[in-house]
Amino acid sequence: MDRHFFDELESLKEILLKMGAIAENMVNVTIKALVEHDSKVLAELSGNESKLNHLQVEIDEYCLKLNALHQPTASDLRFLFGVIKINSELERVGDHAVNIGRSILKILDGKQLKPFVDMPQMVDIVNAMFKESLHAFVNLNVDKARNILYRDDQVDKLRYKIIQELTELMKKDPATIEYAINLILIANKFEKIADHATNIAEVVIFVAQGKDVRHHFSDPL
Amino acid sequence: MPKIIKVKQLDLYYNQFQALKSVNMDVDNNNIIGLIGPSGCGKSTLLRTLNRMNDLIEGVKIKGEILLDGVNIYSSQMEIYELRKRVGMVFQRPNPFPLSIFENVSFGLKVERFTDKKKTAEIVEKSLQAAWLWDDLKDKLNESAIKLPLYQQQLLCIARLLAVEPEVILMDEPCSALDPIATMKVEELMLELKKEYHIVIVTHNMQQAARISDLCGYMLLGEMIEFGKTSDIFTNPRDKRTQDYITGRYG
Repeated sequence: MDRHFFDELESLKEILLKMGAIAENMVNVTIKALVEHDSKVLAELSGNESKLNHLQVEIDEYCLKLNALHQPTASDLRFLFGVIKINSELERVGDHAVNIGRSILKILDGKQLKPFVDMPQMVDIVNAMFKESLHAFVNLNVDKARNILYRDDQVDKLRYKIIQELTELMKKDPATIEYAINLILIANKFEKIADHATNIAEVVIFVAQGKDVRHHFSDPL
Repeated sequence: MPKIIKVKQLDLYYNQFQALKSVNMDVDNNNIIGLIGPSGCGKSTLLRTLNRMNDLIEGVKIKGEILLDGVNIYSSQMEIYELRKRVGMVFQRPNPFPLSIFENVSFGLKVERFTDKKKTAEIVEKSLQAAWLWDDLKDKLNESAIKLPLYQQQLLCIARLLAVEPEVILMDEPCSALDPIATMKVEELMLELKKEYHIVIVTHNMQQAARISDLCGYMLLGEMIEFGKTSDIFTNPRDKRTQDYITGRYG
């Protein structure tokens, strides 16, 4: 393999990180809108989603070209495989951010029923997980990646708690249903983003060590 | 077909120079074994020890054992002619004899003083069929083998081996003189032959090793650095030296 190929891998990594930065920004925007009740910031979501979609196609084409022309092996092969997988994860994160934005617009139109308690805690964890999954990929940091896997359960528990509370609220007062459903949708989408962060962390472990830890079958946590 | 070659702690010296260092390797279970590594790493030397081709080189000294069905091939119990019949070799450049196609394939039988003409013709046909040459050459059996295109010459050399019913086929860069289409044909033939024979191939073409071998050994400076499933070696090698070589970071 020649130096040219290694330069190509670096370029590919840079494009993926650019995509990661856009997805991260989209998640931040939704959190800001939710926590600060600021719907104006949501305007930039759709432009960013379009950028993500273009980058997704560009990265897939780039990976296909590098595979065909250089037939990589071992760590290089795992890296390309990882980029293809993370590429899809980032595109999905962008979709979720857009959907969260839509639900936020609906709840900001109405009156807030009660102060958020678990939601900010949950989105903080999700945000940190997503950011760290990208950092773990930059340096192929397996410890950081494993740490993300452990936190996915915390998010699941908080989401469950939010849904329980909102269900009770809806039972007591049917007028809250629309608002509560949108909040549940938001919680669900953030939980999905945590799942994508987890998937990215699993890919990082695979790229770095060749171990497939998905579903915990080859390396129980 | 559970015949096994077992290489145990093999050292080989060309005079003072140690070309193989404590090499261990098993050939069994109808696997194709690929040996890869940079030039001078000892892979061809190892291959040639398996049927004692290195005996022809002056100053060669061997320690350790190579067992064929439990018998050390370097012991007096093993006749060298018998060994080379059981463990045949295909070389880098096709080397048909300047004889007819028929005479080439039946050459080993003639050496064995096999005189049944009808049976000889049957074996020639069977060997040419096994080497995928019968349909192309059945009407040209008396023509000169050296006039054949290179890839057919190489397949003919394989047919010549098959006629004496070896158990192991050693191949020393058998496709290096062939174009990609001919290479593909030889590779497909190898995959077919592995159902009946054990095959060990030395190749400089890593993609070829990846495509056709079941087990792969990476050699460096006379050592077997890593030996294992080809799919593991090419996706997740254990040793950094293997990783560096197969990803092109060697040297």
